[in-house]
Amino acid sequence: KKMENKTSFLPQEGEVRPSRCPDNSAFKQQKLPAWKPQLTIATVLSSFFFTGTFCLSVGVCLILSANSVREIQIDYSDKCSDCSKLRENSSNWNKECHCSVNFTLKEDILGDVFMYYGLQNFYQNHRRYMISRSDAQLLGRNVNIQKSYCTPFTTYRNGTPMAPCGAIANSMFNDSIDLFYNLNSSVIQVPLLKTGNSWWTDKNVKFRNPKSYNLSSAFAGTARPPYWQKPVYLLDEEDERNNGYVNDDFIIWMRVSAFATFRNLYRRVRRIRQFADGLPAGNYSFHISYNFPVTKFKGRKHVILSTVVWSGGSNPFLGIAYVVSGTAATLTGFVITAVHLKLRKKKTYFQK
Amino acid sequence: MERCAARRAPEEERRVRANAREYNEKFQYASNCIKTSKYNIVTFLPVNLFEQFQEVANTYFLFLLILQLIPQISSLSWFTTIVPLVLVLTITAVKDATDDYFRHKSDNQVNNRQSQVLIGGVLRQEQWMNVRVGDIIKLENNQFVAADLLLLSSSEPHGLCYIETAELDGETNMKVRQAIPVTSELSDTSKLARFDGEVICEPPNNKLDKFGGTLYWKENKYPLSNQNMLLRGCVLRNTEWCFGLVIFAGPDTKLMQNSGRTKFKRTSIDRLMNTLVLWIFGFLVCMGVILAIGNAIWEHEVGVCFQIYLPWDEGVHSAFFSGFLSFWSYIIILNTVVPISLYVSVEVIRLGHSYFINWDKKMYCAKRRTPAEARTTTLNEELGQVEYIFSDKTGTLTQNIMVFSKCSVNGHSYGDVQDVLGHKAELGERPEPVDFSFNPLADPRFQFWDPSLLEAVKLGDPHVHEFFRLLSLCHTVMSEEKSEGELYYKAQSPDEGALVTAARNFGFVFRSRTPKTITVHELGRAITYQLLAILDFNNIRKRMSVIVRSPEGKIRLYCKGADTILLERLHPVNQDLTNVTTDHLNEYAGEGLRTLVLAYKDLEEGYYEDWSERLHRASSAAEAREDRLARLYDEVEHDMMLLGATAIEDKLQQGVPETIAILTLANIKIWVLTGDKQETAVNIGYSCKMLTDDMTEVFVVTGHTVLEVREELRKAREKMMDASRSMGNGFSYQEKLSSSKLTSVLEAIAGEYALVINGHSLAHALEADMEVEFLETACACKAVICCRVTPLQKAQVVELVKKYKKAVTLAIGDGANDVSMIKTAHIGVGISGQEGIQAVLASDYSFSQFKFLQRLLLVHGRWSYLRMCKFLCYFFYKNFAFTMVHFWFGFFCGFSAQTVYDQYFITLYNIVYTSLPVLAMGVFDQDVPEQRSMEYPKLYEPGQLNLLFNKREFFICIAQGIYTSVLMFFIPYGVFADATRDDGAQLADYQSFAVTVATSLVIVVSVQIGLDTGFWTAINHFFIWGSLAAYFAILFAMHSDSLFQMFPNQFRFVGNAQNTLAQPTVWLTIALTTVVCIMPVVAFRFLKLDLKPELSDTVRYTQLVRKKQKTQHRCMRRVGRVGSRRSGYAFSHQEGFGELIMSGKNMRLSSLALSTFTARPSAGWIETLRKKKGSDGSTAGSPSGAADKTLKV
Repeated sequence: KKMENKTSFLPQEGEVRPSRCPDNSAFKQQKLPAWKPQLTIATVLSSFFFTGTFCLSVGVCLILSANSVREIQIDYSDKCSDCSKLRENSSNWNKECHCSVNFTLKEDILGDVFMYYGLQNFYQNHRRYMISRSDAQLLGRNVNIQKSYCTPFTTYRNGTPMAPCGAIANSMFNDSIDLFYNLNSSVIQVPLLKTGNSWWTDKNVKFRNPKSYNLSSAFAGTARPPYWQKPVYLLDEEDERNNGYVNDDFIIWMRVSAFATFRNLYRRVRRIRQFADGLPAGNYSFHISYNFPVTKFKGRKHVILSTVVWSGGSNPFLGIAYVVSGTAATLTGFVITAVHLKLRKKKTYFQK
Repeated sequence: MERCAARRAPEEERRVRANAREYNEKFQYASNCIKTSKYNIVTFLPVNLFEQFQEVANTYFLFLLILQLIPQISSLSWFTTIVPLVLVLTITAVKDATDDYFRHKSDNQVNNRQSQVLIGGVLRQEQWMNVRVGDIIKLENNQFVAADLLLLSSSEPHGLCYIETAELDGETNMKVRQAIPVTSELSDTSKLARFDGEVICEPPNNKLDKFGGTLYWKENKYPLSNQNMLLRGCVLRNTEWCFGLVIFAGPDTKLMQNSGRTKFKRTSIDRLMNTLVLWIFGFLVCMGVILAIGNAIWEHEVGVCFQIYLPWDEGVHSAFFSGFLSFWSYIIILNTVVPISLYVSVEVIRLGHSYFINWDKKMYCAKRRTPAEARTTTLNEELGQVEYIFSDKTGTLTQNIMVFSKCSVNGHSYGDVQDVLGHKAELGERPEPVDFSFNPLADPRFQFWDPSLLEAVKLGDPHVHEFFRLLSLCHTVMSEEKSEGELYYKAQSPDEGALVTAARNFGFVFRSRTPKTITVHELGRAITYQLLAILDFNNIRKRMSVIVRSPEGKIRLYCKGADTILLERLHPVNQDLTNVTTDHLNEYAGEGLRTLVLAYKDLEEGYYEDWSERLHRASSAAEAREDRLARLYDEVEHDMMLLGATAIEDKLQQGVPETIAILTLANIKIWVLTGDKQETAVNIGYSCKMLTDDMTEVFVVTGHTVLEVREELRKAREKMMDASRSMGNGFSYQEKLSSSKLTSVLEAIAGEYALVINGHSLAHALEADMEVEFLETACACKAVICCRVTPLQKAQVVELVKKYKKAVTLAIGDGANDVSMIKTAHIGVGISGQEGIQAVLASDYSFSQFKFLQRLLLVHGRWSYLRMCKFLCYFFYKNFAFTMVHFWFGFFCGFSAQTVYDQYFITLYNIVYTSLPVLAMGVFDQDVPEQRSMEYPKLYEPGQLNLLFNKREFFICIAQGIYTSVLMFFIPYGVFADATRDDGAQLADYQSFAVTVATSLVIVVSVQIGLDTGFWTAINHFFIWGSLAAYFAILFAMHSDSLFQMFPNQFRFVGNAQNTLAQPTVWLTIALTTVVCIMPVVAFRFLKLDLKPELSDTVRYTQLVRKKQKTQHRCMRRVGRVGSRRSGYAFSHQEGFGELIMSGKNMRLSSLALSTFTARPSAGWIETLRKKKGSDGSTAGSPSGAADKTLKV
């Protein structure tokens, strides 16, 4: 009998085979320590009331600050009807056309004043439009733009490549707008800054002129895009660092808008002399050299003067949206409280 | 590795010549090499890729990829599709390769088993795969049969050999096979080497119980039947050696022919997912059409005028054509609603769940050293939806070990486990078992806990002595004594084995038998009884008797049998004893034990002579032999004296009743499908608490004809209807019967019913015109037991439920007879750790104990389902939120298929930014701790009812996704239009807008996954925070100067991240979007939780407040059931064995020589055996003719 016991015990003692028993680790046994959050009345209500309060206060701040923004927007597509008619015929592309738009500021606009041009119904966000550029070319590299998506604004029939290529560059906004201050029948041109308006990364990283001893030779062998009146190296003849591809107006245009209605920063009022505090009240006029046709696609052009605050320019949407959602969250908080107190089923499962 | 030959055209007939390899090679029969693997190193890549591209999803993405290569419509770069596609294909290929590797390994293992092949007159060890058709191989005891063999000769007399066919059909009792007489003499290798018979037989088929062929040898023709065949998968038992001729090998064997091709199983979620993907695809096309029409109109109205700045592409001459192109462009950019990563993620999650099953320590059986194994990794969530379980009995519910557990002798019950004070002891505190060391012949494995029985033996209680004498004499067990005192019993049924072993240990050792004698060592004294007659067992008699003459010359009849039969045949003087014994029997039956009643009768010499004479005449009678014998048996088995009763425990697997109880509480219906007899099956039904006496009624369907079965089913239904009508459900029976909603009515029935149906009836019930009726009746019952079913019927039953019930079925079994059922059911579970591995190989999950099923379903299954549903909901949500933004943007960008986001964001959104958090949730999430899902089985119900992910939930998800996408687009739109930065520059440039929307999207979906994750492990934290961090890191990297310098045309967003994300307005926009997207969800979730809490919510809640409530779960009473007694005559052997013993055909010659054996007119016992088998066997019915009849050619 004892022998029996011993032999039956032996295999267990002489355990040499590796055990197939799974490890007893928390991971393998699905027993990892864990946080088990749950929606309880306390957490839900506090989150709603907190969110409500937060949204309401942010909303009020936004509305208040947005109200302090001063903005003047002038649609000049109709006011320059002669010019727009002239531009409808593309054969007149090199004829100059000027018009001027007068307006009155009843109050001073204090602080930094920004001047924008606004376009309506201009589909910069169209897929074919958006891809029609060659960033490598704009980086000053000598690339074969045939391979890019610039078509049909790639080369002329004679094979001369366009610089810059593509639909975006070709359609660049080329009105020039000047602002004049009519002070006691004398007309003072408001000093405007045309540089420093674009992103630092765009100006210094994304756009580069081809390397050469001067710009015109850098662009030798290329031609301006068909709709342009002057070649790219003459965009700003006064400022070498604002010429060619690194021209601020060009860079800003090349940063395409997300929507068909948009405004692009054109100039900033230089705060010197009378304009040290902004634009004083009085009569002003815009002198516009009207080059950019919009009537063909039923577009409209605006010129806008605006100040900014910490939240940007005047846009009431965000403030209102915050107030509305703040109110909604708070109300929901009350509704939940009411529902919880009145209607909830008692958690009686276990008493059953 | 291409060792197994390819398949050939089907053959008409098979010709095999023994010992003639060259001759047999002509026919190019399959070799004995088995190949289940799919690939080899060379074919892997092409075949696997071909297979993968048969998947609709993969082809779809390939198609998209091709679309993207067309420049006119390519709205996205090619890599947005190819990166995920390659990733998906690689992951799948790696998985397939690993699977196939393991298949190769298992093939090799089987193919390299050794067997002895007779080559050139010498036995050589050969691997299984080198065995050829026509070879003669030698098998030894307990060896697996390597191929389908024609038995030629064996160590046993008359070419008999015993096999166990558990692997094949699941029957564990031994079967006898016999070589045809001419070959049974070929017992040594030299004779066998000269054997050159030729077998012509049927072509390979999958019929396990049929074989037809002819052996041509020495100008003679011998018919062959299944009785001469040893099939691959059987195990040789109790036979020292035998020789066989290989007829079918490898893939042609009946075993392999039966295994069939593995059907690829899909889960219901898979199917739903495919439907939904199709719907989404339809939705995608709709969106494409809308946007294409928009594009055509836009180009016609606006685009035409805009042509000066943006001329149409070459080849586009009309707005209509532009719209057409735009359709395809939109199909490309909107394809992310059906992301390719969906399929990979689902696979990854399932793989994770499978590992959790493999790793589960609580499903590891220490005794058999087998962990649970998820063999299929694609079915996990279906485990949480099971409604029907089809279980095999033997080896699954029971251990197939019979244990002599209790007995009642002369009105005294023995066998209760008693503690020191003499009280009934509970399980677990068992004292030492009874010491049988006084008896040198005792079986050391036998255990008994009641010492009083042994004392009674030692004190010489005559009743107890007679009781054990009966057990040692009245049986058909054969004994074998290898060496002095080392006894082995060859019992045809384990019950008899248990009884004889009990008698052996109590000092009445059955030592040996000859056709005419039985030698018993009674308390050390050898006594030889003269065996006068064996009155054999059959289904109707339900009893067996022996008539013996003691050395003193007294003639006594010993009888054991079912209580119902035997108690009626007792002498009236037994009345008082009968009452006491009946009480004991009830008690035993209540504990689920299989009972037998024992009785004896003294016979007068003269009467016996007369009776014996009549018996002799009856057995040699030509006609009505059976009837005449039965009448004679009946006559002598009368007015017997009651001795007592035995109770045998058909040992259940551990924890079976508890498991069944919990599964029943989880609303899972359990059907037992067994090849066993009705009594046995019902008995087990009771002992594992499937059937209880609380049940209103147990219907038994045993009809032999269609009409009978139909009638019985109808009656059962009527009874159930009547009962529920009388209980006040108040519906009109007639009305309902005619209505087509019969099923639902029956399912709402009050009261618990059970249905027991046997094989013949089932065959009729499964016919096309009755199957619905049967199913309705069966489904109205709480428990269904099908007995005497064939493997095929098992599969048919499963198929039936699958066909008419939209329910998930699970089949669990351990034997090869369960393979068909395991393969048919949605989920197949194999019991591993036993010898047979057929069931395991065919199964999707395997573990070694039935009780693990509850953990597999209630814990792993439930979690898998929950996780998968949460995963899918979130996944569809996040992709709709992501993609629909393009749709809204379409209305603002001239329907030009411009994307809102950067192309890298589109590429990485699904595979980097949002994949890991949701994967972590899909793998690790838990709603309630695992103990709770056992305590509240009702938690399982949402899965069965498909509540967590269905079409409704899907629409809610995509509605939420679309809602999010609307806000995601229109809030930034409102903010950005006309807005400027704080430095005066334009804010609404496309790139800033893209970054803002992308960032708020990533933040919103991350907050949402945070809200969905109920179980924040460190991994979840890491993935969620890590994804956000990765988003910003990648964003800044992609927008960095250096990447732009390298690829200026690819990374156009240079400097965008730092410029845009420095704006307070942008962050305020992101914050507002997040608040507006998330807060309504929180509100809805909370209100739902508060007003209509799910059970799991409540369980979680109580968990939270730590109420120490008493759990109201089931209490498992181990109290014995007092009530109906069931006939427990549980022999599982075939009748006719008695005759075999009396004829002496199975005795060794040596023992025959000792006996006073005279040739009795026992001609053709095999014939009788076969005839009887044919009449009582349910499906066999093969009057295969006389096997040993020789025909002259």
